[in-house]
Formats: sequence, structure tokens, C-alpha cells
Amino acid sequence: MSKLLEVKGLETRFFTQDGVVHAVNGISYHLDEGETLAIVGESGCGKSVGVMSLMRLIPQPPGKITGGQVWFGTGDDRKDLLKLTDDEIRQVRGNRIAMIFQDPMTSLNPVLTIGFQISEALMLHMGMDKAAARKRSVELLELVGIPRAADRLDDYPHQFSGGMRQRVMIAMGLSCNPQLLIADEPTTALDVTIQAQITDLVKRLRDDIGMAIIWITHDLGVVAGLADRVVVMYAGFIVEEAAVKDLYATPMHPYTIGLLGSLPRLDAARSHRLVSIEGLPPDLIDLPKGCPFYARCAYHIDQCATENPKLEPVATGHKAACWVDVTKAVPAKAKAGETR
Amino acid sequence: MSNNGREKLVQIRGLKMWFPITRGILQRHVADVKAVDGLNFDVYKGETLGLVGESGCGKSTTGRSILQLYRPTAGQVLFEDKNLVNMKGEDLRHMRRRMQMIFQDPYASLNPRMTVGSIVAEPLEVHSIGNRSERLNRVRELLAVVGLNPYFINRYPHEFSGGQRQRIGVARALAVNPSFIVCDEPISALDVSIQAQVINLLEDLQAQFGLTYLFIAHDLSVVRHISDRIAVMYLGKIMELADRDELYRNPMHPYSQALLSAVPIPDPVIEEKRQRIILEGDVPSPVNPPKGCHFCTRCPKVMDICKEQEPEFRDYGNGHQVACWLYQK
Repeated sequence: MSKLLEVKGLETRFFTQDGVVHAVNGISYHLDEGETLAIVGESGCGKSVGVMSLMRLIPQPPGKITGGQVWFGTGDDRKDLLKLTDDEIRQVRGNRIAMIFQDPMTSLNPVLTIGFQISEALMLHMGMDKAAARKRSVELLELVGIPRAADRLDDYPHQFSGGMRQRVMIAMGLSCNPQLLIADEPTTALDVTIQAQITDLVKRLRDDIGMAIIWITHDLGVVAGLADRVVVMYAGFIVEEAAVKDLYATPMHPYTIGLLGSLPRLDAARSHRLVSIEGLPPDLIDLPKGCPFYARCAYHIDQCATENPKLEPVATGHKAACWVDVTKAVPAKAKAGETR
Repeated sequence: MSNNGREKLVQIRGLKMWFPITRGILQRHVADVKAVDGLNFDVYKGETLGLVGESGCGKSTTGRSILQLYRPTAGQVLFEDKNLVNMKGEDLRHMRRRMQMIFQDPYASLNPRMTVGSIVAEPLEVHSIGNRSERLNRVRELLAVVGLNPYFINRYPHEFSGGQRQRIGVARALAVNPSFIVCDEPISALDVSIQAQVINLLEDLQAQFGLTYLFIAHDLSVVRHISDRIAVMYLGKIMELADRDELYRNPMHPYSQALLSAVPIPDPVIEEKRQRIILEGDVPSPVNPPKGCHFCTRCPKVMDICKEQEPEFRDYGNGHQVACWLYQK
């Protein structure tokens, strides 16, 4: 498999009245063709800003991409997205890279019909005429499982339920056969049975079409059944990267260990006390000098306060940014596994 | 856990909460949103009863109509054998000291113009408990109980994070020494690592003060973790009610089965082998729920009778109650 996307040292800042927000702090990762990568983290960790930056969708001002490269494409087609002109990036966006967002209500235009909104991209990027675009729109709606697709083309977004709207968004995303689909918390606003419908649909489409996916989420449960590889972000840094099974079986960063421990599990044999991560994430305006997780970390040593560890390989295909070898160290607050 | 011989704190009998829909300048009554449509269940002293369901199924309305924040359309809510539905004025206010609520949104449920001290002291003032200095001491004590520094007493809500605000909400609920607390999605607005902090706090407080919780949430993993018994709601009805482990091991209602199978488990090895039951379609409107069983339009095991008659909510042993025709032939 060849690399479809390679992000190198991407850095995004927001220049606000209160100071400079260090939203994304030099993240590097790659994505192979047809691969599904999950980016996991809590609110404000920079997971959305990271992908918005590579699509060049950061509002400027106050935002600015202050460094890094984003190589997209294969062979001769390979380009640095950050160096393209506005016209050139527009040819990539919605065409070769599609994006679906968290809230399907605010990302559809309420005063335009569903049919119009899907055909728009087809006419713009694929040069179709009205009739052809309409025909293709019906096919797309059928593909994502909307019943009576031809009739529903002239409906407005408010006539669709949340799950159906997200299906419409996916249909729009797929309209130009993208090589990469970026999904930003696409199931967070949906109920669990609808969430299962949507993840099922995305998996099926991925296998049929063979596109690569970046799935941004805070839900480690959804990731487990969907992703090939996972990137964990904290305070604008990537703290761990691993194949999905390795990450859950042997998490190597204390933050990942904390996240997995703080999840109540449906299949837990008996109730145990949850291992919570004490404290709060750092202020992105005033980041600590050392490791951003230092203050909340159960494994920290003196070095962590002064030096921020780099993302280094710890095993085959497994990287972590931590000074401590968590497999050997013992956490300071050893409350884990305490029964109720 | 068997319920034999345990004391019932709250008994809900035939609870209905319909919201009228009106049209025109005469406000003609045209239909009802049947948010809660006939519930029967008990909450035992000292337990946590989890109430789960998808958005719009009426779980929050249930919590609010138990506390008489909405006056129910029909039915009884017996709190220690006294019917709250008929109560008014001073009597009801007196009972409210015993029942409190923790809200979902820690941003909207705290008045931004009040200090933390006055927010937590307000229930004490409303119920005329103690004098000024006693109240101040009580507020300090409460802040310490929920893990906040009593030094924060003069700060405003915006100075706190989501998790800390939820702790303030918990302190306010505890102020009047209630015995029953309705927790309405208390952690769904919080990040994962903070959720665990608040869940642990709620568990500690229950052990310390012998509280009874009605814990409303849409997240089945959280509900399974914190509850002793779980009730599954769908479109204004309780479909199934059972002990936590029983419900997980042996879900009887097709809706519970689908709901449980849809919850992702954070383990890729397990996820690989799981077979999901994917429900078709969406939840129907509560204005015009389907005839017969409310779940019949989406049920994978639907039979003819389901579309005609509503199944009874029956006990199949050890307090495992289900409303489904599959078991009533």
C-alpha cells in the first residue's frame, strides 16, 4: 500500500485577544490508501483543528497554519496541500477529499432541497449537466440507504431525521468518488441504534469503494470496531500512535491508559471503581514547558516537568511520546482495580 | 439482588404526561405529545435505578414529572406512600426537601450572575434552614464533600470547568439533605476522563449518605456501571426492567437486545466477532404512536398481534419485567 496522505510537523495557532492558542503543535502522521485511521482525544485537544488545517478550512484571522507540510496523493500527483493556491485547493476539497461533520443539521443548508445540495458538487467538480446530476443524486441516496430516494430529492433538510441527514451528508461526501473521507465525530449527535446504522453503512461503503477514512472521535468504543490504526491526541500533540489491537491491548502512554481505564464497559464482569484521570487538561494559551500531561500523570518523573518527550517508536508500528516505560513503572496513585 | 423485603421509596402508578398541541387563535386542542404514556415501577430505598432510552423516549419527562416539575396528566407518584400528584403549595414544597435533581447541562443549570456560595445556599434559604452563618458553614462543608475547595465560595460559574460545575450542581442538590435524587444525564456533557470523576463522586456520596438515585442516561455502559436495576424506555413506555446483570445477560425484549448489541465495546478483538442487530428506520412520533406495541414498526420479531394490541408489562421471575407478546402467548 502506498501512502495517500503524509502530514509532517503540522502546526496551527489562533491569535486571540487573550493570547496565542497553541491548538496543534507539530503533529506528524500518515495514511495509506484504503486505510481507516482514527484520531482520538477529548474536546480541545486539536483533533478537529488538525484535519481542518490540512483541508485549509481554518478561519484566518484569527487562525494560522504556522508550519508543516501536508503531502496528499500518490506518484506524480503528490502535492503539498499547504502550498496550493485557493483555486487549486478548491479542486481537491469535496472532490478528492470529502468531509462529513458532527452536526448534520447545521452542515446542510435549510433553504435548499437535498437534491440541489447533492447535485451542486456533481455539477461543479464532475461537470455534469442538471439531468445527469439528478440521476446520480438518486443513485447516491439509494447507496446510503434512503428509501424512496427519487421522491425525497425535492425534500428539505428539516423533513429528514438526524440519522437520515447524516446519510445525506455521506451521500454528498461520496458524490465525487473521493480518495479520502474525513469524518469529524459523525455519530456523536446520534442515538446509539442510529450510530450503529451509520458506522455499519460507512464500513460497507469503505469496503465497496475502497476509499481511505480519517475518523475523528472521542469515543474509544466506536474506534475499536472501525479503525485500522489509531492516533491519540492531547493538548495539540500526538501522544500515541498504534495499530488498533496494539493500542487497546498494550497502551504505552499514561493518557491512553487513563482513558481506557475511565471508560465504563458494557461487558464488564463486575462493577469496579473507575480509574479517573484527576485534574484538567492544560490551558492551550499557556502550555507547560515539559510534557503537557505531566500534571495529571500517574507515572511522571522529574524529567517530564522540564522536557516534552518526542513521539518515538516503542514497538513495531507503535509510537508513544513518554519518558517512562509504562510496562515497567508502577503508577503513583495505584487505585486501579479497587472494587466497590 | 432480590427486591424481597426491601422498602419502596417511590412508587409510580400509571404515570402519564401528555403535552397538548394547540392550533389557531382560540388555542384549539388538536392533539397531544404522549411523552410518557403509562408507567408503573418502584424505586427501592438506597438503590440506583437506571432509566435508559434514546432521545425523545420520555426519560427526562419521567424524571421531571416524578418531582412534580411537570404536573402529570394522569397517574400517581407515591413518595413514602404519600401521593405527590394531588399535593399543592406548602405540602409539596415540604416534600421537595426530600427530592432533588441534578441536571444535564452544567453550563445552563447554574445562574451566571450568582456566586457558587449563593447557588449552593439557595435551597437552604428557600426552605428556611439555619441562620446566615450556619448556612455559610453548611455551604463550605458541601463544597468540600463534592471535592471543591471551600475557598471558591465567592467565585462565579464561568470560572469553573464543566466537571467542576457539575460538582457545584451536586452540592446544590445535596444541600437540603434529600433522600432521593433524580440525575438527568449528569455526565453526558462531560469529557470521558471527567465523566469518571463525576461517576465516582456520585457513588461515594450514595455510600456516604444512603442516597437513592434515579439515574437517567442514554449511555448504556454508564448506566450498567452505576445502576442496581435498569429500566429500558421506548416512546413513552417501559419495555423492560431488570437487575443490571440480568438485563445484560438475558435481555428479553427485542428492543433491549438491539440496544445492547448497538453499544460499541472498547476492545477491537471483541468488536471483530460481535453480531449487531441493526434496527431499521427511526423512532415514530410520540404525537401519533403506533397502535399496539410502540416498538412494532421497527421490531425484527414483529407478529400480527403486536400491531393490534398492546402487550402487558409482566414479571417473569426475580423482578424481570417485560412488555412483549413473544412471551405472552
